[in-house]
Amino acid sequence: MSNYILYGVTLILLIVSFIKDRNKTKTALMKAWKSFENILPQFLVVLLLVGLMLAVLNPQLISRIIGADSGWPGVILSGLVGAITLIPGFVAFPLAAMLLNGGAGYMQIGAFVSSLMMVGVVTMPVEIKYFGRKLTIMRNLLAFLFSFVVAFVIRLAVG
Amino acid sequence: MKAVLKRYRAFIITVIAMSLLTVFSRDTGVKAFGVALSSFKEMIFVIPPVFVLLGLLDVWVPREIMIKYMGEGSGLKGVALAIILGSAAAGPLYGAFPISAVFMKKGVKFTNILIFIGAWSTTKIPMFLFEMSALGSKFALTRLAVDIPGIIIIALILSKLISKDEVKMIYYNAETNAK
Repeated sequence: MSNYILYGVTLILLIVSFIKDRNKTKTALMKAWKSFENILPQFLVVLLLVGLMLAVLNPQLISRIIGADSGWPGVILSGLVGAITLIPGFVAFPLAAMLLNGGAGYMQIGAFVSSLMMVGVVTMPVEIKYFGRKLTIMRNLLAFLFSFVVAFVIRLAVG
Repeated sequence: MKAVLKRYRAFIITVIAMSLLTVFSRDTGVKAFGVALSSFKEMIFVIPPVFVLLGLLDVWVPREIMIKYMGEGSGLKGVALAIILGSAAAGPLYGAFPISAVFMKKGVKFTNILIFIGAWSTTKIPMFLFEMSALGSKFALTRLAVDIPGIIIIALILSKLISKDEVKMIYYNAETNAK
């Protein structure tokens, strides 16, 4: 759904741009292509890593890790699973809901969802290309630690 | 040709490594390549509009305007805009990085870029609606309430941890890459 909105908005802006100035629009498209081509090698590596991660860490294994354990070890494991996997939201949220129904605690789910969205171990090659190694590692590390703050507050508020 | 090979070196090495894995553990390897292929299809679907928007932004929005609203001295207005722009986004986090590069070119303040990345990663509006329906509004709202200050705090800590020269290098890198 959000993809269609994204396409719609882009198309409208592109048409407006084209009507206003053909040459500028051409430059914009050239820039779009160049930025894409520039990052493509890293993107391709990320895609392969995503494939590898999901082949090893399938939903069954994830639910075993997050569902069975309780307490802080389970929360940390959930955070780690979230950090190294890259699952689109429309798969992740139903999975998280399923895990909750299957007996996982709110704290685990909070850590999992939070680190899944904020920490991206497999997308690091792309992030490093733009932000450098140091900042990328620090950002992911801080976001990982922050996931446990989120988990803790969620347990206080919801669990 | 040599330059192309060099750029794709990591990709080629990963393909070889995963092919070796497939020899030893057929199921895992086949599955890994399958998931990679379906992610590639997903990427092909999401990526074009993100890059076209980035191109349009680069061409049409003057540097002065971006500096005024999100540059040094833009204050709370810049922070709010970074959160709104990041939250309005669609697509996975890796889409936010190339857009950040254009922001750097346009003189957006470093902390605002970090806030934008944070918002894109976790407070996206379409995802929020989805989270509410899947995990309940209490869960989603609590997470949002913690995330907004969290994103800002992380951005501030990061900008304290990194030196001015390092920030300059990152900006310089963005400018030469996005030409």
